[in-house]
Order: sequence, then structure tokens, then C-alpha cells
Amino acid sequence: MSLHTEALEGGFASPVLGAQATFRALMDAMARPGTTRTAGSNAAPPHPLGVAQGAVALTLADHDTPVWLSPALANATTKGWIGFHTGAEIVSSSAHARFAFLAAGEPIPDFHGFAAGSQDYPDRSATLVIELPALTGGPTFVARGPGIKDSTQITLQGTPADFLRRWAANRAFSPLGLDIVFTAGSELMALPRSTDLQALGG
Amino acid sequence: MSTPETDLATYNFAYLDEQTKRMIRRAILKAIAIPGYQVPFASREMPMPYGWGTGGVQVTAAVIGPDDTLKVIDQGADDTTNAVSIRAFFQKVANVAVTTKTREATVIQTRHRIPEEKLTEGQVLVYQVPIPEPLRFLEPRETETRKMHALEEYGLMHVKLYEDIARNGHIATTYAYPVKVEGRYVMDPSPIPKFDNPKMHMSEALQLFGAGREKRIYAIPPHTKVVSLDFEDHPFEVQKFAKPCALCGAHGVYLDEVILDDKGGRMFVCSDTDFCEERREAGHVGELGVANKEAAE
Repeated sequence: MSLHTEALEGGFASPVLGAQATFRALMDAMARPGTTRTAGSNAAPPHPLGVAQGAVALTLADHDTPVWLSPALANATTKGWIGFHTGAEIVSSSAHARFAFLAAGEPIPDFHGFAAGSQDYPDRSATLVIELPALTGGPTFVARGPGIKDSTQITLQGTPADFLRRWAANRAFSPLGLDIVFTAGSELMALPRSTDLQALGG
Repeated sequence: MSTPETDLATYNFAYLDEQTKRMIRRAILKAIAIPGYQVPFASREMPMPYGWGTGGVQVTAAVIGPDDTLKVIDQGADDTTNAVSIRAFFQKVANVAVTTKTREATVIQTRHRIPEEKLTEGQVLVYQVPIPEPLRFLEPRETETRKMHALEEYGLMHVKLYEDIARNGHIATTYAYPVKVEGRYVMDPSPIPKFDNPKMHMSEALQLFGAGREKRIYAIPPHTKVVSLDFEDHPFEVQKFAKPCALCGAHGVYLDEVILDDKGGRMFVCSDTDFCEERREAGHVGELGVANKEAAE
């Protein structure tokens, strides 16, 4: 398949209902951190963009939301696909991005490189959409905060070794901070800045 | 006979165009991530006037899908003008199932009440909000109130509640009673009676607030601390009613006063019509109620 047709295909079969279903999964995930939802069953973004990851782009990105792509994703096909289906501007400076997409296995760049919002407008912060090998099977973190009854355990696979320290740093300037959506294939789990993460037994 | 070519143009699903929905959806997600914080959004004109719940309608339109069942209440009632027209609106533009039963609904849009029945996981409660800024009547400038929220400077609100006590001997605020969400943002719960405030605390349902004219969206995720502001020596209290509902005999629910004649006759009945009807169907009768036929037989 040529580069061009690949960028044109793979949008939602039904853009209106596909976006609604994906948003609902995303909203429920954001409202209940630590729970896993399925999204984007009828989207087919070009590899290495994940299915749920692509669906999130189709659902939320448009010409109002600059998008930053990680090095593995910053190829002509992915850029073309996001550009064609969402109309979003692809920016090279992560600080200007409203959404950032990272492929599986890539190092997660320093959170400080992304917009964390301002004291007056903490909502003007970036949302990171990070593809992982799997949403389970990794080290156990205990999550607490809004949306979680008492506490819940999450076992994301493929997060960096210093993730807890970096997440704590992201929360240190609360209510400023980033929000993360982790995806693996067609599954997603949200980690809003309001969620506290600790090592199991820590 | 009509074919797709000759059909008149129809509304997009749920009325709003997709770009507007994306903008509202992004605001909702950030609102959930920052509980109690008011996210600005580019509110649209809706086919109903401001003050009729355009904020709630826009939030509902961005959230609702073909599988949802919608319930709309206005001051607890399913059958008043605002509730009927908004319910009919979504039936027309989204073709969704509607209900008056609280437990059957997946999305509940409300004006100024929280249903008596406990909400469950999987339900979304959408509030219509007239004035989202709890500090607005104390400080008219948006630039100032925004700074006060940023600095967590809420002393003015406590002064207001204190002045209530100094003048009236108790906190006289009975609706839109300010709350603090997750120990951070002071939030206006919309003009619900303070009777409903405790229901917001650790609710299992997601709560979304939309203010159309004021262009703000905010949220309370499930299982989130929502504390009504008070003082140690004047703790927060909800309204108490001397008598139960005159129709269904329910205790511990919010009651509306109904004038019966011009000689001072009145009765107090459940504000939540679905709750009251269900109780009467189950055979409960208040002092002015008529016994359910089947139950009486």
C-alpha cells in the first residue's frame, strides 16, 4: 500500500458514533482511574500507532489542539493520518502540544517538557497518550484519589523504572500537571493528575 | 417514499456539530482530572434561551450515545416544562430512550435537585448551572475570583457564612451551599437545596456541571470528597421537615410546599416525583394521599 492511501484509510467507520463511544470509554476511564476500557474497535490507525491511541486522536484532536509525536511516530504516514483525519497541527515543540502520542517501548521524555497549565488555568495542560506492551503484568502500584473507592492496584507493563518518582513530581504542583492515558492495543486506562501512586507496601 | 437523496437534512446526532462536541469533551476530561475546578469552554447558542439549561444540554449532548437512557428532572419533577422540553429535544435529535425511573437511567440531566434514590456506578448526573462561580456575589471580577481559586483564598466565603450567623444566628444559606471538593477547590453545587449536598460526597455516579451562559464546565468524579463549608461551633446541617410527604408518607426526603386554598391550607409533598410515585404504587399513603387501588383491594 502506498504511503498516501495508508494515511487516508483507517478512520472511524462511523465518525460520529465512533467518537462518542471512544469518548465515553475515555470519560469513564478518567472518572475511575485504574479501570480498563476498550476503545476504537472500528478504527485502524497505521502502525505503530495503537488502535485505542488512534481512536483517542480521532475523538479529541482537531485544528485547535497541536499534537506532538514521539520520534517513533513522527513519520510521514502517522503525521499524514493524524493530519488528514483530525486536521490537527503536528508540532515539534512538546511545550506547545495539547496532546502527545508515544509509541510502545519508547523512553518517556521529561514531563517538564510538556505544558502543565497555569495557576489560573490548570486545565491548559497536555494529555499524554502512551502506548504500552500491556496494561497488566508489570510492577504493582497502589492508586488512591478521586474516582477510586479506597484504593486500587494497577500493574502497568513497560513504565520506566523511575515512573513513581516522576509521577510524584508531576503531582507536586497540584492542581497543575499532566494527565496520562495509557493504551495497549484497543484497551486504555487513564491516570489523571489527581491520582496518587505508591509502590505496593510502600 | 423517501430516499437519502431526497430527505431533508437532519440534525447531527445529539444536535451539536462534531467540532463543538470535541471541544466540550476535552473540557469534560480536564474537569474530571481537576475535581471542582471550572474549565472554560466555548458555549454555543442552543435552540432554547440561556437559563433553560443550555450548559447541561451541551454536556449531555457531548456525552450521550445511542445506547443511553435519559432522564431529565426539573426541581425533582419529570413532568414540568423544562424537563419535558429537554427530554423531547434529545428524543428528537438523538433518538435515545428516555425514562422517568431513576434507576433505569444512564444519563440524568437535572435542574436543582439530586434524585432521592441513591445513584449507582455507570450513571452520569448532569447539572444545569446558572452561576458556576461560588465567589461571584462576593467578588464580581472574574480576574480576581480566578486568582482567589489559584491561591486557594477562600476566606471571603467563610466571612459570608459568618455574617449569616451574626445576622440570623445560623447559616441562612439554604441552596447553592458552597462545598470544598477533595480539599482543594470551593465549588458551587448549582442551586440544589443544601439538603442534597451530602449526596454529592463519595457518590458512586460521575457528576458533571454545565453552565451555558457563563461558559464553564466542572465535575466531581465518583468517590470524591465533597465537604460543605461550616464552622466547628456551627456545623453544616440539612433542612428538616416536621411532617412526612402528604401523598406517600416518606420521611427524610426533600419536600415542596403546595398551596391548597386561600385560607392558609397547604401540604408538603415529595419534590422527587418518580420517588413519590413509586412509593404510592407500592402502597404507601400519606395523610392527604389516596390509597392505591390495587394495593387497597
